[in-house]
Amino acid sequence: MEAALLPAALELAAGGGAGLSPEKRAVLGASLLLLQRDYRFERVWFWGCIQGVRGAYYIAEGLGPDRAAPRSRLYSLNCVEWSLLPPATEEMVAQAEQLKGRFQGDPSFEYEHIEINAEDAERLFEDGKEPTIKEEARLVATIEQIDRAVGIIPRGAFVKTPLGSVHENRSFEGLSLTEAKKLSSYFHFTEPFNLKNKTLLEKADLDPSTDFLDSLEHDIPQGSWTVQLEKGDTVVVLRSLLWLGLTFYHVPMTKQYGYVYFGTGEKNFDLPFML
Amino acid sequence: ERAHGPYQPREPGYGLHQPGHSPYDDQIPDPESRMLAIQNAKAYLLKSSTTSGLNLYDHLANMLTKILDEQPTNAVDIIENISKDVKWAQFQKKMDTLRDEHEILPTFEAAEKRKALFLKANGEGDEELEEEIGETPLPNVMETAFYFEQAGVGLSKDESYHIFLALKKLISVQPIQTCRFWGKILGLEMNYIIAEVQYHEGEEEEETEEEEVIEEGGKRRGEVEDEDEEKEKEDEPPKSTYKPPPVIPKEENGTGANKYVYFVCNEPGKPWVKLPPVTPAQIVCARKIKKFFTGRLDAPVVSFPPFPGNEANYLRAQIARISAGTHISPIGFYQFAEEEGDEEEEGGGGRDTYEENPDFQPLSVVEMVDSLSTWVHHIQNILKQGRCVWLNPFQKSEEEEEDEDEEEKAEEPDELQQEIGPPLLTPLSEDEGIQNIPAWTAQPSTNLIPQYAVAILQSNRWPGAYAFASGRKFDNIYFGWGHKYSPENHTPALPPPVQAEYPSVPEITETRDPTLEEELAFKAAKEEALAAAEEEDDEEDVEDDEEEDDD
Repeated sequence: MEAALLPAALELAAGGGAGLSPEKRAVLGASLLLLQRDYRFERVWFWGCIQGVRGAYYIAEGLGPDRAAPRSRLYSLNCVEWSLLPPATEEMVAQAEQLKGRFQGDPSFEYEHIEINAEDAERLFEDGKEPTIKEEARLVATIEQIDRAVGIIPRGAFVKTPLGSVHENRSFEGLSLTEAKKLSSYFHFTEPFNLKNKTLLEKADLDPSTDFLDSLEHDIPQGSWTVQLEKGDTVVVLRSLLWLGLTFYHVPMTKQYGYVYFGTGEKNFDLPFML
Repeated sequence: ERAHGPYQPREPGYGLHQPGHSPYDDQIPDPESRMLAIQNAKAYLLKSSTTSGLNLYDHLANMLTKILDEQPTNAVDIIENISKDVKWAQFQKKMDTLRDEHEILPTFEAAEKRKALFLKANGEGDEELEEEIGETPLPNVMETAFYFEQAGVGLSKDESYHIFLALKKLISVQPIQTCRFWGKILGLEMNYIIAEVQYHEGEEEEETEEEEVIEEGGKRRGEVEDEDEEKEKEDEPPKSTYKPPPVIPKEENGTGANKYVYFVCNEPGKPWVKLPPVTPAQIVCARKIKKFFTGRLDAPVVSFPPFPGNEANYLRAQIARISAGTHISPIGFYQFAEEEGDEEEEGGGGRDTYEENPDFQPLSVVEMVDSLSTWVHHIQNILKQGRCVWLNPFQKSEEEEEDEDEEEKAEEPDELQQEIGPPLLTPLSEDEGIQNIPAWTAQPSTNLIPQYAVAILQSNRWPGAYAFASGRKFDNIYFGWGHKYSPENHTPALPPPVQAEYPSVPEITETRDPTLEEELAFKAAKEEALAAAEEEDDEEDVEDDEEEDDD
């Protein structure tokens, strides 16, 4: 969610019972602005909070002029001091996928006993070290996975210019109430996978400036999103069931939207059994 | 057109007349090709489109007017959108005899319901006002919400206030002694807001109707079985020796897992629905399945092992499990009621009632956060059987309740040994963690202002369960999806092994078919016997004939 709209946004996304204490809210207002100044971001998003056993990580993302470029991610243990996280690599993501269990809350904690393929093992054993992965790397990989899988925006909120960069659409007035209840009005804000696989007939209806991302309609498994109207039917709230804790809110016919993650940072592998 | 020759620089009028720009040009019919081109262009722009009836000239004029009126920044970047907006505005006729019916959005109805919460009921006189200000079972939801907010837990203030009013409505309708906002469970289509309630003693509606229906159903089944037996008296198939395990009866309302009654509603403003009491079979089954709630109480729960009930029962079972696992209070707040003669019989445990301790001295927040032994469970543990108090289903006589053990300890052997669980008011330090994670995470709400910090506990076993304590105040709440945390993936129960067939008994065992040699031998033997019999018959006939001849 936009850092500038944090207080209002937290009220709208609070249907799941998770939020921030007044102390954190107050300090975020100031520290996110300072982040913008220090790192020269154009936009700062408060991504959410991953709850560890002994502490919590608060995550912020910074965006540059091209909103679809890889975002810089920062984490903090107390919302006051922020540290930049390294960009996520495929290797990190693959290693982190094998880890199970809660985050510990300590960024330097090392997980042991992960399996890696034979080549990497040989390389590492030459150095004489056992394969370990730090919690910081797991954090990076988890945030990357969550953004890739369930980071969403309403259709029409961003436009792609002919030069390829992506900007906010200043004419975006919000989805109508009927549109807002449909999953096809929301897109994953990440590299599209399925666009090329659409039939020619479907592609003809697409508007290349706004429809350049994958919509939520064809997510597997079907039913992994819940769409609800809250607060007397005035706010549309989408919750992901694959990553429990991801909440997306949008007030129809206004420009307010955003998503935030409050959870333990674990994927819900039991989803097919639970539906 | 050069109406007046080329003027020389020294002649007057030089520079005043430019070809095609003289003041009289539009009055003069102008055959020049440039003017013709301009007119053609304009005529083209004025041509109406066949599909939409607009023409480009008017559209450009409107667009430029709009831009000049509104003067947006970077207009050149958003020009296409402005064009689209102008076209869109064309189609809204403001002065039309046919007016759109005002859309009745569903939001309006929802707003009506919420407004109804805020209206005072009719006919309230001064008497009721006094009653309200006195002792009321209504909990101070906003105060609790404030403390939880310090931990970053809770709903928005709007929603909390709506829930507050909805609880007030509930209390005015039902005869309730104590009431508490238990929490919110999220679902696929709708969510549940749950209130934990205790009725006044003696005012509870007994659910005799349901029991009668079940009994009648049982009798009818018995009659049908009798008829079948009569028909098959001659050749009865072997009777199955399967005896279903005995049904463990549910606990009485007001005790054990059914100590509190729960009301749910989907949204504040909607009517409250009472949840049925929970049976041990439902709790046992709920432990084995993991399903999302849909939000409709009558939805079936499709699972394996098949859940005995619908979503209302599943919800009630999960609420019972969450309460038993995560409802805690600071040590010393509750104490056992003084009863005489208890120590001789039970050795100091197994009590299931408690009362508030009037001499409670609250501990400081630092102490409450540092050590988990400063908190105790005040809800009875649910045993593996599904009840809080163990009952041997085979014994008909009622025995006295004895001490109970932890349900997480080693499994009991098959012979129904008595299950024992931790006694009431055990401290949290006895709670087992999951792998290497402790069962609870304790934190103060703020490190910056320790004087006014609140002690917050989060459960790691049931993510979403929180408790706070500050001085004499404490409370528990649950916000979540209603499932227990398990680091391993959920493995559904395997189907039971194939049932053994009826036992092999000589009457129903097939005999071996005879081989060819045996058959031939048998045939030969039979023929011999037949031949021997014929000879004898012949001799007898002859003898008979002889005898007859003699006469």
